[in-house]
Amino acid sequence: MPKRDPGFPSSVLVLGATSSIAIATMRRLAAGNSRFMLVARHSDRLTAVAQDLLTRGAATVDIWVMDLDDTAAHPEMLAAAAERLGKIDLALIAHGVLGDQQAAEADFEIAAAILHTNFISTVSLLTWLGNYFQTQRGGALAVVSSVAGDRGRKSNYVYGASKGALNIFLEGLRNRIDRDGVQVLTIKPGFVATPMTAHVAHNALFATPDQVARGILKAIERRRDVAYLPWFWFWIMLLVRAIPGSRFKKMNM
Amino acid sequence: MPPHQDRLQFESWGRYPRLPAEVRPLYWKEDFPPPQVSSAKMLAVGMGRSYGDVCLLQNGTLLRTPNLDRLISFDAQTGLLRCEAGVTLAEILDFAVPRGWFLPVSPGTKYVTVGGAIANDIHGKNHHVAGTFGLHTPCFELIRSDGTQIVCSATQNPDMYAATIGGIGLTGLISWAEVQMRPIVSRLIRYQSTQFVGLEEFVALSRASTQEYSVAWIDCVAQGRNFARGIFIQGLHDENPGPLTPLAKPKLALPFDLPDFALNRSSVGAFNTLYYHKQITKQRSGLTDYEPFFYPLDRILQWNRLYGQQGLLQFQCVLPWASDTLGMTELLKAITASGLASFLAVIKVFGDVVSPGMMSFPMPGITLALDFPIRREVSFALLDRLAAITAEFGGRMYPAKDACMSAAHFQQFYPQWEQWAVYIDPSFSSSFWQRVAGLA
Repeated sequence: MPKRDPGFPSSVLVLGATSSIAIATMRRLAAGNSRFMLVARHSDRLTAVAQDLLTRGAATVDIWVMDLDDTAAHPEMLAAAAERLGKIDLALIAHGVLGDQQAAEADFEIAAAILHTNFISTVSLLTWLGNYFQTQRGGALAVVSSVAGDRGRKSNYVYGASKGALNIFLEGLRNRIDRDGVQVLTIKPGFVATPMTAHVAHNALFATPDQVARGILKAIERRRDVAYLPWFWFWIMLLVRAIPGSRFKKMNM
Repeated sequence: MPPHQDRLQFESWGRYPRLPAEVRPLYWKEDFPPPQVSSAKMLAVGMGRSYGDVCLLQNGTLLRTPNLDRLISFDAQTGLLRCEAGVTLAEILDFAVPRGWFLPVSPGTKYVTVGGAIANDIHGKNHHVAGTFGLHTPCFELIRSDGTQIVCSATQNPDMYAATIGGIGLTGLISWAEVQMRPIVSRLIRYQSTQFVGLEEFVALSRASTQEYSVAWIDCVAQGRNFARGIFIQGLHDENPGPLTPLAKPKLALPFDLPDFALNRSSVGAFNTLYYHKQITKQRSGLTDYEPFFYPLDRILQWNRLYGQQGLLQFQCVLPWASDTLGMTELLKAITASGLASFLAVIKVFGDVVSPGMMSFPMPGITLALDFPIRREVSFALLDRLAAITAEFGGRMYPAKDACMSAAHFQQFYPQWEQWAVYIDPSFSSSFWQRVAGLA
């Protein structure tokens, strides 16, 4: 694989642009004079993020307010992004919900909503973007998944299933378009100190969004397929995956 | 483990007192005021680098601001930065220094937020020429617990502006602020350090100094002919164009608490003797990066853990010139006589630049700052004695560094406290305030 240009990525589309991991990643890119199109639900928050990136050196920042659950509205937004950015070097998909596991156990509609936001809506974005990058014959698709997708645990298996399905989808998409020069990066963060985890006790395994952002950019630069972030989650999940199912089903985790 | 368990114990930098509170992070301006209104009071808290209990609220809600960390605008012509109040001075330096701008006022650590810097109206090594941080924040926004947003400046809501600068966080949440940066052409500081013995020599050196930054380290252990020996350090931003981009930052975090016996009279005495004689000649000068010059202790993240599980007590006061060095001599004598060694004692001459803040701590005179290990009975007795000397000589103590000032002393140090208290947000409080206002 040829090395990335030093200026790569100079045009960036971010879906779920108010997520802490997305913000930390964009800040690192803003210093390099990149151009951005940001998509998220809350207009005030998007404006605050856009001002931050512009102040830090971003060349241009466009914002697009929408709920990414609305898959019917994806093509219009994505076409606008491609037009405004000229060409998209990097698409970072970072939206998602943790959801309420216990509520989802009792009510299918709640489980379906989690699956829709984390998996179905992402599939809609990836379908359009996969074809776009394939036609462009280059670029990077980076998608925030989770280590929770590696195994199903009673504490969050609905969320885990949405990420596990996403991992399989990304693997297949990679298999299809890697040969066209498109990087498909599956990002698997462990515990990250973000609003999503604000309600749980933080232990030594928690990483900052900026640590994860550094890992994402390194993985893009090195054209990696899957990145466990921080790196030690690779080894933790290797062990967790090695536990036999007959044993795993009895564990409390 | 139930949620919040580890965060119930939010600690200030001195790790004393330890008071339970609910801790909630704020991520966006609209997260304030918090939706569930309870009868308990609240307090906005940044990095928690104040030492005692100005950033604590027993059984209340602590709203943590460090995630309000977005920059809003920067004028590269004038150096005016507008940012959210949870942005730290470290983050500002990372942003501004490569662009040729520096903080108008730097405290002893860069790990404080802009909101905290305003609320405590912090000062630095350039107080004698630049005054306090609040003098360089021409405008900020305050949000009250009823949701009212108040833009404050010298001309817009000037009373709330004055009440919030040095208002120890009690007037509401500072959501964003403007900071007037100062230009530099190099990261380097041209410094000079000089040994002195005795307060007269320290004052003479301070008065003779024409440089922007000055501070002194003073030995609070040595008695007899070495009494009040120290090193006077002065410096200024190098005027020759030099490097602006950062150097690699090695950081060393103290991962554990040292045992309590690690800091005793002989270990601190030995440290001080070594430190004093590190200065082999009477005078040294040179060029150094700004980081070790301004933030020597930031290299050891969590140095407060040196004091062990019990935490530490910090004391900082200022004594006006009226008593010359008499009061300061009394303070130093009480400290050396107590045998409660201080790891690091800092002494500095404050200038007469007046802060816009109603409750600002500095006044023209000499300020002394030092910390003590907590030894039951003796440490608190010593601090009472130091507070009494401060009161006797017409000085005042610094709330940001205090955990035990009495209500009577506070009210004597800040006689304007009642006029100021009318600006306090009815839903805000702190454990410090409950103590010194006599509410506890």
